[in-house]
Amino acid sequence: MGGIPHDHYEPKSNFEKGMAKRLPIFGLLYDTLMIPTPKNLNWMWIWGIVLTFCLALQIITGIVLVMHYIPHEDMAFASVEHIMRNVNGGHMIRYFHMNGASLFFVAVYLHIFRGLYYGSYKAPREVTWIIGMLIYLLMMGTAFMGYVLPWGQMSFHGTAVITGLFGAIPFVGEALQTWLLGASSVGQPALNRFFSLHYLLPFVIAGLVIVHIWAFHTTGNNNPTGVEVRRTSKAEAEKDTLPFWPYFVIKDLFALAVILVVFMAIVGFMPNYLGHPDNYIEANPLATPAHIVPEWYFLPFYAILRAFTADVWLVMFVDFITGGIVDAKFFGVLAMFGAIAVMALAPWLDTSSVRSGRYRPMFKIWFWILVADFIFLMWLGAMPAEEPYASLSLLGSTYWFAYFLVILPLLGVLEKPEQPPATIEDDFKAHYGKGDSVATPAE
Amino acid sequence: MAHTDEHEGTRRDFLYYATAGTGAVVTGVAGWALVNQMNPSADVRALSSIRVDISGVEPGTQLTVLFQGKPVFIRRRTEAEIAAARADDDAALQDPIARNENVGEAPATDANRALDEDGEWLVMLGVCTHLGCVPLGDGAGDFGGWFCPCHGSHYDTAGRIRKGPANQNLLVPTAAFDGDDLVLG
Repeated sequence: MGGIPHDHYEPKSNFEKGMAKRLPIFGLLYDTLMIPTPKNLNWMWIWGIVLTFCLALQIITGIVLVMHYIPHEDMAFASVEHIMRNVNGGHMIRYFHMNGASLFFVAVYLHIFRGLYYGSYKAPREVTWIIGMLIYLLMMGTAFMGYVLPWGQMSFHGTAVITGLFGAIPFVGEALQTWLLGASSVGQPALNRFFSLHYLLPFVIAGLVIVHIWAFHTTGNNNPTGVEVRRTSKAEAEKDTLPFWPYFVIKDLFALAVILVVFMAIVGFMPNYLGHPDNYIEANPLATPAHIVPEWYFLPFYAILRAFTADVWLVMFVDFITGGIVDAKFFGVLAMFGAIAVMALAPWLDTSSVRSGRYRPMFKIWFWILVADFIFLMWLGAMPAEEPYASLSLLGSTYWFAYFLVILPLLGVLEKPEQPPATIEDDFKAHYGKGDSVATPAE
Repeated sequence: MAHTDEHEGTRRDFLYYATAGTGAVVTGVAGWALVNQMNPSADVRALSSIRVDISGVEPGTQLTVLFQGKPVFIRRRTEAEIAAARADDDAALQDPIARNENVGEAPATDANRALDEDGEWLVMLGVCTHLGCVPLGDGAGDFGGWFCPCHGSHYDTAGRIRKGPANQNLLVPTAAFDGDDLVLG
């Protein structure tokens, strides 16, 4: 695969030969597992495994939780308490599921920023990137709907706010919102259907993950230099790569083990640290919690949603030229989804001929400002809707859009990149020095 | 598909179009059924009117009832609140429309917002017109009316949006007095 020359699967036993003629599944598994992988991958290339682990963890703990959960507005909250207090080991399973969502998003953000730094989104990996963005959107949808299920105060009023976003769409908004909720407000119909979709979407994600892997197995992995693996001969390809099994599997599993130590500590000792106490109060439609905050992983985009108020000149301008169709509320919604859309368009907005940020001196600076901006927006999203946070949110949002729409296209023209190494082998030797670059397994 | 290019109206063409047409209609009907099942069901639609006893509501207090899953604020305003609201009738309002289902399209004066002529009763959906949180009452916010804690929308004592991201005044639902009761819907 990947057009990288390598040894293919050879069926040996009679059983394998028979299977190869009937269902070539062993060949598929072998070629997937033994795919030549650039040998200079650094520790930022471990998040794929962590993400796969998270998906499996969420599906398994989720299926088990459903055995005890009741999606009814009068019983949902009590059934979650039942899981916490009565079900054998139920509290641990739920805490794994709750914090598993957070680990999932930690991993996906690091994975995405890895891709942004090393230019993994660039040709020929645009399809991998777009599918990744779809997975990310589905993850957000799934996480949001899952947060509704415990039917606490944050669940309930958070849902009112987020489905209210659809109500902001001109002309069809109200009908769309009613259709989504199955009523004019959040209630039993919404809870019931969100439960159904929260169960469904992880399997859609699992399907897309397979397509994501298929896509980058077709193009081959990117690597920290952004230099492609040499494909001219098998001998050269083998100087640039190592098979995924065992080299990268063991490395990734080691990283996963280290990450799980931290994860287990959080699940065991501070399982509610990332949650909100208000969600342990049963949903009450008559009282909104004083301070509605989404889960931490939505905060940067929540800050962007809130940043564009009616007194921003750009909002006033757009409101005026669209004859009031795009008002402040709809503008905020467009900005929030736009913030993700511009990220998805990165392959076409980045004009630089050099793939990896490692060899782009100006890009590096802007990239790290973007990372800081992301964290800044995350902090702002948790702050109350008042000054100075409103103006700072506007500043942070502006940089987010400027990075993708102005800086990335201009850098390709203005920047003088450094010379990347000619081959991955050169880069590998420069880091690890000496001798024969074809690795041999330790005996 | 050579046979469809000949345009001779053969028996085969007829079967082809009939099959495709039937398929399209069946897919459309099935698709619509699957979409429409998510719209409000009959029992949800049936909850269209309720009756609330307001005889116990004192001036300066607010009764909050649940109507069609949404809170409705029934406030009996004090003289000071009414005066403050009426004094602001000429102020620069973010939303100049009354948003009162009982009066139709009208300017957002306090008289057009209140339910009775004296302006004592103000009945509104307790749903922030920004993104649907429940605003805090009892003189909250910069204008002494309501304040939405989610994204900082300030409403005055007539429930008009004065500051913040919301774009409409709090909606006044269809309501009428009937003896000691208020009928909503």
